[in-house]
Amino acid sequence: MSDNVLEVHGLGVRLPAGSDRDFAVQDISFTVGSGEIVCVVGESGSGKSVTAQAVMGLLPRELKAEQGQTLLEGEDTLKASPVELRDLRGTRMAMIFQEPMTALNPVARVGEQISEMLEIHTAMSASERRARAIEIMNAVHLPDAEKMVDSYPHQLSGGQRQRIMIAMALVLDPALLIADEPTTALDVTTQAQILTLVKEMQERRGTGVLFITHDFGVVAEIADRVVVMQHGRIIEQGPRDQVLLNPQEPYTQMLMAAVPSMMPPERSPVVGETAAKTRKLVKQYGSSGWFGGGRKVLAASEVNLQLARGETLGIVGESGSGKSTVARCIVRLIDPTSGDIELDGTEIATISQADLRPHRRKMQIVFQDPYRSLNPRRTVGLAMIEAPMNFGMPKEEAMSNARDLMELVGLSGDALDRYPHQFSGGQRQRICIARAMMVNPELLIADEAVSALDVSVQAQVLKLLDDIRAKYNLAMLFITHDLRVAAQICDRLMVMQKGIVVEEGPTREVYANPKHDYTRLLLDAAPGQNVVFGAGTA
Amino acid sequence: MAADAQSPLRQTLKRMLSNTSVVIGGTIAILIVLMGIFAPFLDTRDPTDISPKNRNKVPGYEATIRDYDGNKIPVLYRLGSDTLGRDVYSRIVYGARTSLIVGAAVAGLAVAIGLVLGLVAGYFRAADGIIMRVMDGMMAIPAILLAIAIVSMFSAGLFSVIFAIVVAEVPRVVRLVRSVVLSIREEPYVEAAITAGTPTAQLLVRHVLPNTVAPLIVQGTFIVASAIIVEAILSFLGIGIPPEIPTWGNIMAEGRQVFQLFPHNILYPGIILALTVLSVNILGDGLRDTLDPRFAKRV
Repeated sequence: MSDNVLEVHGLGVRLPAGSDRDFAVQDISFTVGSGEIVCVVGESGSGKSVTAQAVMGLLPRELKAEQGQTLLEGEDTLKASPVELRDLRGTRMAMIFQEPMTALNPVARVGEQISEMLEIHTAMSASERRARAIEIMNAVHLPDAEKMVDSYPHQLSGGQRQRIMIAMALVLDPALLIADEPTTALDVTTQAQILTLVKEMQERRGTGVLFITHDFGVVAEIADRVVVMQHGRIIEQGPRDQVLLNPQEPYTQMLMAAVPSMMPPERSPVVGETAAKTRKLVKQYGSSGWFGGGRKVLAASEVNLQLARGETLGIVGESGSGKSTVARCIVRLIDPTSGDIELDGTEIATISQADLRPHRRKMQIVFQDPYRSLNPRRTVGLAMIEAPMNFGMPKEEAMSNARDLMELVGLSGDALDRYPHQFSGGQRQRICIARAMMVNPELLIADEAVSALDVSVQAQVLKLLDDIRAKYNLAMLFITHDLRVAAQICDRLMVMQKGIVVEEGPTREVYANPKHDYTRLLLDAAPGQNVVFGAGTA
Repeated sequence: MAADAQSPLRQTLKRMLSNTSVVIGGTIAILIVLMGIFAPFLDTRDPTDISPKNRNKVPGYEATIRDYDGNKIPVLYRLGSDTLGRDVYSRIVYGARTSLIVGAAVAGLAVAIGLVLGLVAGYFRAADGIIMRVMDGMMAIPAILLAIAIVSMFSAGLFSVIFAIVVAEVPRVVRLVRSVVLSIREEPYVEAAITAGTPTAQLLVRHVLPNTVAPLIVQGTFIVASAIIVEAILSFLGIGIPPEIPTWGNIMAEGRQVFQLFPHNILYPGIILALTVLSVNILGDGLRDTLDPRFAKRV
């Protein structure tokens, strides 16, 4: 057992009085061996980050680790003094964070930030430190490290910054690397590269890695062992294949069943009347400026799409691909630069906002962030009846419709008198869907509508969207970056890259036989694509 | 679902009343307002009555004066008298009215004007550039200089003083409202209201305006305090409200020449002015902490 770099025994962290439970985490026991990647997975609020913070000695002031031990190579970090902890961090344990934009100091050169670690913990001279910084930057495969060592964080891409973070973490060869959702903020292709890098570093240096994630694809990709957490407790732990393929606990089985499969199910092509279409839709950002010659960015370039009633069209792509721009142009939250948008036979691309208002009833949108999509000062009921009352429905009728719709989306009618903060993220997203349905739209746009939700909730909301589409014969435009989700819900798929639609076709065909290089790249980058999770059948 | 069904408004009120700054600052401010309202009943005399015999008396001086019928009546100069023999205590108590009227009127007008301009500038991109460049220009002139310039263009009086201070305060309110509107405009719930076909005016009132209330209440209290001070400064410089009307600034201006011999003319109005401004500022700080924690970090 002396091979373990980290042993956590019966860790318990108490929450401040008045919280919804007494302990943030309780009875947490697991080990990380050297050269082993242990993934801690769980939905939001399961206590996985608190566990990592306790090990690092980075718990927020209000939280107190009251029980248990966290032994880093035999030394209890819970009992270490602040000075001892500072010494341990960096040299024997290191952490990388989710947000590579904010975890680096924006006003210091990245090389200085790496060599700062060496300056604090070693007696190296300045030139030695610089050489070592370049060496470690080469090791994490940063291009042209001799030059990049003098750049500032804003000059690097998100993936490069995360590589810098990893370089900083590994420069002193720590025994334990804690990675808290290190790829969540990254695009799928960048994520694949970072995962490969973490794996390579761990194999080459024998570092033990404690990897925190909510993404089961990532777990399947890199984990040696898996720890599943829920409500601050460990539900199940074991070798990866055992947990993912043959989970024992009902909760784990439920989670695994909820992970959408990368295999699109068989869908017959939808033939219906056209609900919406765009012709050569262009959105260009940046103007010519006062003196001409400003920077121009094509967010969407000549996008042609056609959407029939009862059909779900997916637009997938990485951040900045222009998929949301297309959605926002269609509902005219932003004005397209050129091109046509036809909604139910009416041309709406260039008409004024006042002329557009009567047509707004026919298209509704559900946004990504359920916490910001509802006005926190107004009750759910008021949010629901706003649109129908704008179109002249009497209040009583709107309220009774709202009650019916709330039940349709699985909430009780008396929820209408409550405020948004009294609902969970999944419930709020249901409310947003119900709100969109209040005006009987013909086109429903879901802009990353399930991306902020936990996997089990995500599965329910996806099912709800699909049911509603079928029931009301809706045309649905589904914007997502998640290829698993897209595989499950979309009839047809459009792949966008840098504002251009690079491939289009029936979902099953695109997945089975991608024609464009970029589509192939995206599909290959999806983590854990070959794993068939637990009870989930393709 | 959480059990508490309280509206956000009720929760905020509750939080407000448990804040020490709000309670202390609010209590003192209310007392001063009451003093102004009930000035005639606080054993005061006509604050403009002059008495050549009793000029420059020290606090606590007892005298007898004749009224219009020739009867002798005893008077007590609690806080002494000024160079014309007017009762400083009465003048201070009545002076509270002027200060509070100026403070409240300026805050009300500046917030109202600034709110409308800020909403327009924040929401309509076309108007933004024009409105904000004008405001930037006004911000470039120190508020007190701007007020002096405006007052000297009109005849001195309460309204020109209020107008002058409002003009100087509006740009700050516009900036604040605009910054709030700019961030709220991007919120998905505002976009949801747009797609719901809500007319723009309604959208602004229903979804955007409520977000400006908290920072505006806070900013409003600071405007009250600053307006009271600017009014006193203008009066002290002799370009504000005419000297016969008792205001704290006027009383101090009167006492200036004899300050070394009779400091009470400046000391007591100074104390009450400082106390008023302090209480309003403490109240504002407390409101800021309870209403708008993000704003607390911004200022």
